[in-house]
Amino acid sequence: MVTTTSVNGNTRATRARHRPARSAGPRSRRGSRVGLIARIAGAVAISIVVLFPLYWMLVVAFSPRSELLGGTLRLWPRSFTFENFDRVVAGFPVATWFGNSVAISTTVAVLTVLVNLLGGYALAQLRFRGSSVVFLIALTTLMIPVQVIMVPLFRLVTNLGLYGSYWAVILPSAASAFGLFLARQFILSIPRDLIEAARIDGASHLRVFTSIVLPLSKPLIAVLFFMTLLQSWNDFAWPLIALKQNELFTLPIGLLYLQGQFGSDFGATMAFALINVIPMVVLFLVFQRFFVQGFARSGLK
Amino acid sequence: MILRATEPPLATTTPAPVTSRRRGRRRAEVGRESRAGWLFLGPNILLLGIFVIVPLLWAIVISFQSTNGFGAGDFVGSANYERLAGDPLFWRSAANTLLFTAIVTPLSMAGGLGAAVLFNSVLPARGVFRSILIVPMAISGVATALIGVLIFNENSGVLNDLLGFVGLPNVNWQSGGASAFVSVILVTLWWRVGFNMLIYLAGLQGIGPELYEAAELDGAGAWGRFRHVTVPLLGPSTFFLLILNVIYSFQVFDIVFVMTGGGPQNATSVLVTYAYNTGFVTRDQGYAAAIGVVLLLVTFVFTAVRWSTSRSRDHVE
Repeated sequence: MVTTTSVNGNTRATRARHRPARSAGPRSRRGSRVGLIARIAGAVAISIVVLFPLYWMLVVAFSPRSELLGGTLRLWPRSFTFENFDRVVAGFPVATWFGNSVAISTTVAVLTVLVNLLGGYALAQLRFRGSSVVFLIALTTLMIPVQVIMVPLFRLVTNLGLYGSYWAVILPSAASAFGLFLARQFILSIPRDLIEAARIDGASHLRVFTSIVLPLSKPLIAVLFFMTLLQSWNDFAWPLIALKQNELFTLPIGLLYLQGQFGSDFGATMAFALINVIPMVVLFLVFQRFFVQGFARSGLK
Repeated sequence: MILRATEPPLATTTPAPVTSRRRGRRRAEVGRESRAGWLFLGPNILLLGIFVIVPLLWAIVISFQSTNGFGAGDFVGSANYERLAGDPLFWRSAANTLLFTAIVTPLSMAGGLGAAVLFNSVLPARGVFRSILIVPMAISGVATALIGVLIFNENSGVLNDLLGFVGLPNVNWQSGGASAFVSVILVTLWWRVGFNMLIYLAGLQGIGPELYEAAELDGAGAWGRFRHVTVPLLGPSTFFLLILNVIYSFQVFDIVFVMTGGGPQNATSVLVTYAYNTGFVTRDQGYAAAIGVVLLLVTFVFTAVRWSTSRSRDHVE
């Protein structure tokens, strides 16, 4: 099963370090208090560095244009406005792009979960000649960046008649071995006895899959769904090549396009960047558990 | 993890002794299992085959062709590869890629390790701090790069304002080659350190407290415990992160492409942006494919060497 790598989890290592400090004399207690203050200061400093760019994005997105042109340093907004958002929505099909992003990323995520759960079951629980070779080849493909294959992939997508539709992005995005690897590893932890017992009772492999593997794989499904959703929502390199028509743009491609049109109008650019960023940041914070597990077991962004 | 080298014992269940009558049924079951296996793997094999393997082989073929736009190419043997050898922009991009990798990999790993140790220690609101550090992971590369442009802008950027405020001179983050390179690295670190922390945090949580107690009884100070307990026991995480960070850095695209586009004067041009520009801007597709193949070969060689020389890989989960 997926181990709980929680961001908020208490860890044994910490408690261990805490214990001797508590039982030590007053001198070392003072030392540990100094240490604690130093650690808090460090943590706050790191947080400021991480949060400041995001804070600044908010400030710029909600500040009137005239405010941003002054050459003086002002770290907080003097007035608050939605005019940047108005300008973006008036000039660009934001709703269409948002819809494209939702449609493409959810389809990629659903497809990825489906395909990889099936494949993961085969690799983890079924024994047949060639399975380890398939797995090895699949893992090797993880090292191939899309830019290496972009030229032939573009021709292929065009020849298959996919160019000009969502599928030009969806199908190549769903072809990632990362989910297969994750699913295999998870399904390995389902006891084989359980599956063999069902087989002896006459259940088909499909039946075993739907009534044993699927119900036990809910954590895997959540992790894989959110990871893929995030990746696809933020994907840039391939959509940049595959989506040439304005009305098919996803948010990141639209964002780059908007920046190309608006140049140094940072208010508008940041307003639109917020529209791109907010949904995923909210999802990320709400379902942090699944994202953290996904990243901790994968590392593949 | 992908780097698992040892299989769990699950796969070694030995079949029960078989009587001759049951052997036939057993063989039919093996056949069914094999058929089911290929059927279940089918969609995956289809997707990977069509959208990764075929284009990869095709890319190798195209790299031996001279192409004009998207039409069919003519075979020119190894001409594209010979051209690479004498192409200063290729070497510039390769050197930039290596430099970027050599800086970003150790810094993001050291930063991640430091943050993981700090956020794994006794600290109020530890969970909040951890969450803050991983928020950039949810932000798209394009948005990250544009925030970078906003901050590092030479004329109206807040960073130069801040530098001026504390009495430091302005830096030409956009027009200076070295400064632009530094700005790309800083934005990348902002984006990537959280991920490194997450992996190290997972590793730290697997170290038993008794090891620290034993080390402390042996007289090890905080640094000694870090050096002789934490670091060696995080070996598998380090191995894993090293490979992932190097692969990521070799293939860096979003941040560079959006922030600098490879400029000024190719100072931040990396292999992947060069390949993209060659393939889709100047449309010299055979040459772009050759750059891609070289990049892939370097990635494979690095991974293979790292893999075969690592002693800690067996512990990687």
